[in-house]
Formats: sequence, structure tokens, C-alpha cells
Amino acid sequence: MRQHRFTRRDLLRGSTALAAGAAGITVFAEPLRAAPPPAEAITPRLIEAAKKEGKVAFYTAMDLAFAQQLGKKFEATYPGISVRVERSGAERIFTRIGQEYSSNIHAVDVVNTADAAHCIVWNRNNWLEPYLPEDVAKHFDKTYYDPDARHITTRILISPIAYNTNLVKKEEAPRSFKDLLDPKWAGKIVKAHPSYSGTIMNATFQIARELGWEYFEKLAQQRVMQVQSATDTPKKISLGERAVMADGAGYLVIRYKEQGQPIEIVYPEEGTPLAQGPSAIFRAAPNPNAARLFQNWMHSREAQQFLVDWARQYSPHGQTVEKPGVRPLKDIKLMKEDPEGVHRSAEEIKKRYSQIFKV
Amino acid sequence: MTIAVPAPLAERGGFKLDLTWPVLIAFAALLCVLVLLPVSWLVVYSLTAVDEATRARELTLHHFAQLFSDPDLVAPLITTLIVAVSSSAGCCLVAAPMAWLVARTDLPLTGPIRALVTASFVTPPFLGAIAWEILAAPNSGLLNQLYRYLTGAPQDDYLLNIYSLPGLIFVIACYTFPYVFVLIANALDRIPGDLEDASSILGGRTWTTARRITIPLALPALLAGVLIAFLQAMILFGSPAILALPAGFHTMTTKIWSLFQYPPKPELAAAASLPLLVFTVVLLRAQHAILGRRGYSVVGGKSGDPRLIRLGWLVVPAMAFVGLVLTLPVFLPYFALLNAAFSPVATTLLTPLNATLHNVYFTFFELSSTQLALKNTFILGSLAATLGTLLALVISYITARQAVTGHRALGFLATAPIAIPGIVLGVGLFLAYTRPPFVLYGTLWILLVAYVTIELPAAYQQLQSAFRAVHPELEDASRILGATRLRALRDVTAPLLRTSVIATWCFIFVSVVRELSAAIMLFTSETKVVSVLIFDLKESGDLGAIAVLGLSMLLVTFAVVILMNRIPGFGGARLRNT
Repeated sequence: MRQHRFTRRDLLRGSTALAAGAAGITVFAEPLRAAPPPAEAITPRLIEAAKKEGKVAFYTAMDLAFAQQLGKKFEATYPGISVRVERSGAERIFTRIGQEYSSNIHAVDVVNTADAAHCIVWNRNNWLEPYLPEDVAKHFDKTYYDPDARHITTRILISPIAYNTNLVKKEEAPRSFKDLLDPKWAGKIVKAHPSYSGTIMNATFQIARELGWEYFEKLAQQRVMQVQSATDTPKKISLGERAVMADGAGYLVIRYKEQGQPIEIVYPEEGTPLAQGPSAIFRAAPNPNAARLFQNWMHSREAQQFLVDWARQYSPHGQTVEKPGVRPLKDIKLMKEDPEGVHRSAEEIKKRYSQIFKV
Repeated sequence: MTIAVPAPLAERGGFKLDLTWPVLIAFAALLCVLVLLPVSWLVVYSLTAVDEATRARELTLHHFAQLFSDPDLVAPLITTLIVAVSSSAGCCLVAAPMAWLVARTDLPLTGPIRALVTASFVTPPFLGAIAWEILAAPNSGLLNQLYRYLTGAPQDDYLLNIYSLPGLIFVIACYTFPYVFVLIANALDRIPGDLEDASSILGGRTWTTARRITIPLALPALLAGVLIAFLQAMILFGSPAILALPAGFHTMTTKIWSLFQYPPKPELAAAASLPLLVFTVVLLRAQHAILGRRGYSVVGGKSGDPRLIRLGWLVVPAMAFVGLVLTLPVFLPYFALLNAAFSPVATTLLTPLNATLHNVYFTFFELSSTQLALKNTFILGSLAATLGTLLALVISYITARQAVTGHRALGFLATAPIAIPGIVLGVGLFLAYTRPPFVLYGTLWILLVAYVTIELPAAYQQLQSAFRAVHPELEDASRILGATRLRALRDVTAPLLRTSVIATWCFIFVSVVRELSAAIMLFTSETKVVSVLIFDLKESGDLGAIAVLGLSMLLVTFAVVILMNRIPGFGGARLRNT
């Protein structure tokens, strides 16, 4: 039996193993170091502190009617706290927050955007505050919130095709994005703008990835009516101003259809573009406690169910019950979302889109 | 026998503080700061660029090169010029005859007609554009629905397409024609009858008199009106944003606005606005050259009543013409707004069965920005009107009476803002007032500065043509008797200009309420005004709320204007010898 002498080779082997182990730990320690903050419930102390502040400024890209309803419901649940809703397209809200912050104006408490790429920028600027509501920790899938809980997906949006049932017969309705290029739809299509709407920014990115920019160049030949908001295209359809919408807020189509408007939804064959709508609290919020209360309440089962029932949107909350008549998300062929990709190419998308559609 | 009684000594003794010079200089200085500060920042930004490496500003002509070579920037410039020329030409063709009919003939109902023209002026152009959208959108528009119903045309057919260049020109002309009408009508009102009497005594017929007396006397007002209409059409933002973008083309103002969406390119936008400024200067010089040195004072110490021309049977086509003209900016759009306010879907015709108060309820009880926006708008409107009128009065006095050396430069400064599109002035103000020492961004003050600067030129033009019509001999008389300039201005000239001053106040108030292009750059969520709120609502397509908000805004504005004209000592229909 030979005594194992500690040779230089052993030293090399050992130190390499040690180094590899240390590297591995460092790499895998990343998510460990960024552990989410403790889950917070709505406590009476939080409510008291929020009531003392008395108001919360909510910048949102939700459609106006629903945003105001949400605010009213919050005010009814916690009397004494008024919600001021500042509604515009997600891209517009992003610009405004940027403008306000660069002039040291901290007016926004909670933001809900339809473009997850915005959160990447806000995180980089360190503007967001980590906050993890109890409901989110318990019932939300981990993919729906940032590891640091600096932003949480509040709703999930799709951008389908839709048509006016008075102007288009079901058999003739377009079934895919490619169908929209048919000459019979020239002058009959309405579309929203990625410089205004986060939903449309995501949809444009995804469609450009799947079908290429040549698709948009051909679509521009169809004399498309260009509006701004994804919430405007379904309205234009139900007004009867155009027959077909190429993109827009799917939940509004469903809502209007249930109200008896002549509109019908179509899930395109190539896949329906998808956008998550995250919410976040700002570090420099003027009403931090009210902001936390609002963020917490917005992700509770009650508010999320309201989202599903009233707004007909998709909720990430595990316990919400889908209303019958709405196709569940898992049954829809969806395009893959990519916030990082959108963040990298947002400027290019806006520029190319403006060049192709001239506005 | 007359006895001259010397004035009591007490009145003439003592040291009289002549505040004329300090006041005049102070106002002149204020004007310089108001106008030069944003303009100089614009010039700085247009001629410089931030070097990526050193983060320092360097001189460059790159922006101008890009401006004139990039087709994306040249096309909107050409479109803007086409729109401005066509709409101001259209305005004049309509407004001048109408003003003549109302002021110089015995057309009945001139009071209501003037009131309706005021209504057309009070309506913000963007609200008018939205209303015309409801009326003339190719597929859903009410007028097109009527056309299809009457002619049985197929679903795809339409008579009017508001989303087009002619549509935009039409809507802009509708809401700039009041400027021309008011200026010409006021000038024609002031022309005393004895000049026309003299002409008919010498054998001139109606048309000769009109051609050789009335029109030349009204020429300054006509030119001023054309200029204002042209420039207003050039700088409008709301109407093109609403009608041109869906049609797929930009005007200069919408292009500049789009340059500010993230990431913003203020240098290019600043460069884009300088050609417009140069162009306006050229136009102003041309106006000056045409009018020359001829004097146009008609209110002297001796005047007569204007002579009204009898129309006879021509009153029927005249009324038809006036009625048709007034339908377009007033009756049809208001009908469309009422329809949208109380109907579940804006383009569904209102019937007793489907009428709903849901939109009204939503606007006033659910929409959380409404109260704030209304409050901000009316505070800003009143403040801006008061400050603006005061400033315009003093400055136009200085230039009309040539009271200070460099008055010509002051006159230029007072009219300069008219060439800067509201949206670019908004940017200039943003650049100027987001840095120390005056950090006004985020407060109502920056909006106040913007509004006063924007409305000053028109107010100045109005008061200046009013001054031009008042002969200096009246003030000279008072100064001979010992009054200072300021006293003469306060006691003699201002009362004579009382109607004009009140008209200018109302004019500024109304213009502030309808102003959108600067507000959209400078507002924050706390300082939102109604025009911005309506624009936001338009982008998300909430027509019902827009209609309710727009109609309430109109109601309150009318109420204010009527009130101002009824306050004893203030109002009075028009200046007559009293």
C-alpha cells in the first residue's frame, strides 16, 4: 500500500475543482442572492397608513372604463382612499413617466403597463420597489413575477383579429393574418399603432418575428386605417367604421360581443400575439402605503376575479374562475412573448413601422 | 360772457409720479423674456447636437440637412403649406362676403348670426374634427348613413370621406373662418357712414362705393385676418392628429409631435420649426409692404353712423348663404356631439328608445380626471386672459404711438410667437423651464406662460388694429391738457377701446380653453386640462365621454363670454358714438 503523497497534480486538481465549485456557486447563487422579499398580506396597519395618505395615483394602460371601475371598487373596499386614474397607451405612459422623472417630478404611485419591456428599463434605472403580495406568492406561477418582486403580471392580453358581423359574413371572415392581405379587404381594415400601445408593440414584434417585415409592407398596401390605441380598434369595428381589425384588445371584443354589439373574434391560424400586463410600485411614490395597498389588492382573488368577470381579461391568479363563453388561454395557439427582444428592438420597430405605414 | 375759471391749485400742485416709463419698460422686458427665452433655446437646439463621446453640445447644420433631404420630413412640410393656403383661401371667400353682409347691409338677425360665429370660434378645432368624424367617416358617419338611406347606395359607398386631405382642409377652414369674419366685421363696423355718403353724393353707385371706399378701409383687417387664418391653419395640431393620421399622412405639427415620442429628438423638431418662423416673418413684411404708410384711422373726433345697404329681394339668397355657412361649423357638429353624448354608440342615431345617460354619468362620476381638468382649464383661462390682455394693450399702445425707441422690434416680438407652432413652443418652454433658476415644469405656471405667449400675437393684432382706428388727436388733446401718457391711455384711449379690450379678453379666454398643441407637451398628470383630456380620450376611442366633456366645456365658455359682455360698464354690442 503506497502512501498517497500530496503531489502538485493533486494541488492542481484540487484547486481546479475548488475554482469550478466556486464559479458554480457564484453562478447559481445569483437567483439565491436576489431572493424575493417576504410575502406581505393586507394588514390593518397598512390600511391605516394608506388612509392617512388618502390617495393613490395609478398610471395605467387598461381600457378607461375598466380602469375607472377598478378604481371605484378599490375606493368602495377602502373608503377614504381616492384613486386617480391616468390612462393612456402603454408606450405613451412610459414616455410620460420618463419625462416626469427626468424633471424630478414623482407623481406616479402604481403603474400598469401592457409592455413588459418597460419594466426592464425601470429596473435598470432602479425606480421600482420590490413588493410581494401574499396572494401572488401563494397563487401566482413564478413566471408571472420578477424574482425580486419588482413587477407582477396583473393581466394577460391577446391581440386577435375581429370583424363586424353586420358587414362581414362568417364564411368570408379572415381566418389568419395572411388572409388580411387579400385584395377584398383593401380599405376595410383598421389597425392600432405600436408607438402608442404596448399590446400592439408586442404584437408587431411577434408578427414581424413570425411572418417577417414583408408582411407589414404588404399590409400597408391595403390602405389600412391607422388609429392609436388597441382599445380603439374594437370600438371602430362596433361603430361599423371598418369591417375588420388587424390587431387590438381581445378582451374588448369579447366584452362588446356580450353587450350585443355586432363584433366577433377570430384567433389567427399563425398564432395570436400575447402581451403580459405587469404592474409595479415606484420607489419614489408620493403615497407609498396607499401604493402598496393598491398593488396588493389588485392581485387579490377578489380584484382578479373582477378582472375576469367585468373586463373579460385573462388573469394569472391560480384561483380565478374563467367565465364560460371565453376560450381559455391554454386552448388558444399563442405566439411567444419576448420582453427582452422588444426592449432591444422597440426603437427600430417604431421607426420601421412609421416608414412602412407613413404615420 | 364766458369766464375761464382756473383749475383749483390743489390739483396741479405737488409731485406727480409719472409711472409711464417704468411701466412701459417693464412690460417690454416681460415680453422679451416671454418670447426670446424659448426661441433662443430652440435656435440652440436646432444648431447643435450632443456629441456621443463628450456629451457636449457642438455646432452642426446636420439637422437642417436632414430636414430638407429626408422625404419623411419634406412631405409633411409641403402638406402643411397646401393645407394652410387652401383653408385660408376658403375662409376668406366665405368670411369676407359674410362679414360685409352682416356689417354693412340690412340683413336681419345679425345679432344671432354674430353669436353663432362666436359659437363657431369657441368650438375647439379638435372637437370640431371629432364631431365631423362622427358625421362624415366614410362608413359609419351620420351624413354618409343618410346618403345611403336616401339614395339606396350599397354599403361600401360614401359621399364624404373626412379622413383625407380635402376633409382636413375643410375642417380647418370651418374653425379658422371666425378669425377672418370677426376682424373684417369689426373693421366694417367702425367705418362711419359719412365717407360712403360722400361717395354717393359724388355719384358713386353701391358697388363703386364698396370698391373704392369700403374695401380699402377694410383692407388692413382683411389682410390681418388672412394672415391669422393662414398661420392658425399652419400650426394646428389637434385636427391633423385626428384626421390625417388615420388617413396615413403627417402634417408638420404631427410630425414634430411624433419626434417627441420616446426616444425624443428635440434637435430635429427645433430645426423643423425654424422654416415656419422664417416664412411667417416674410408674410408679415409683405403685409406691411402692401399696407404701406397709409393711415386708416376712422374714429376721429368727428364721425357719423354707418349707412346700411338695402338688400331687397337679395335677402333670401343672402340668408341661405349665411345659413349654409353656419351649418357647417355649428349646427351639424353640435348635433353630432349631442347624438354621441346621449346615444349608446356615437354613430347610432339617437332615438327616444335608445337614449342613455350613461356617458354623462361616466364623465362626471367615474372619470377621475374630469374635475381636475375642468378646474385647471378655467383657472388658466381667466389668468391668461387677464395677463394677456394687459400685456397686449400696453405693447400695442407702445407700437401704435411709437412711445419707446425700438418699438418696431417690440412689435415684431409680439407677433413672433404666431409663427412658432404651439407644439414647438411647448418644447422650447419645456427646454427653458426644466432647468434652474426657473423650474416651472409640472406646475400650472408653465402652462400659463405658454398660453400667454401663444395668444399674445392675435390679441396684439386685434388691439393694434383697434388702436390704428383711433386717431392720436384724442390722446393729444388730453396730453395738451396736462395728462401723462399713462393717464391718457387709461382715461381716454382705454374707454374708447373698451369693447375691443373686452373682446380681446374673451378671445384669449376662449383660445386658451381650445388650445391643445402646447398643452400636450407641457402637462403632467396633476396639471391636465380639458383639451388634453379630450385628446387622450380620443386616442382610446371613448367618443361618448368626449362628447359630454366637449359640450360641457362649450356651455361654460359660452356662459363666461355672455357674462363678460353683459356686465354693466363692460359690455355693449359695438362702439357707437355715445
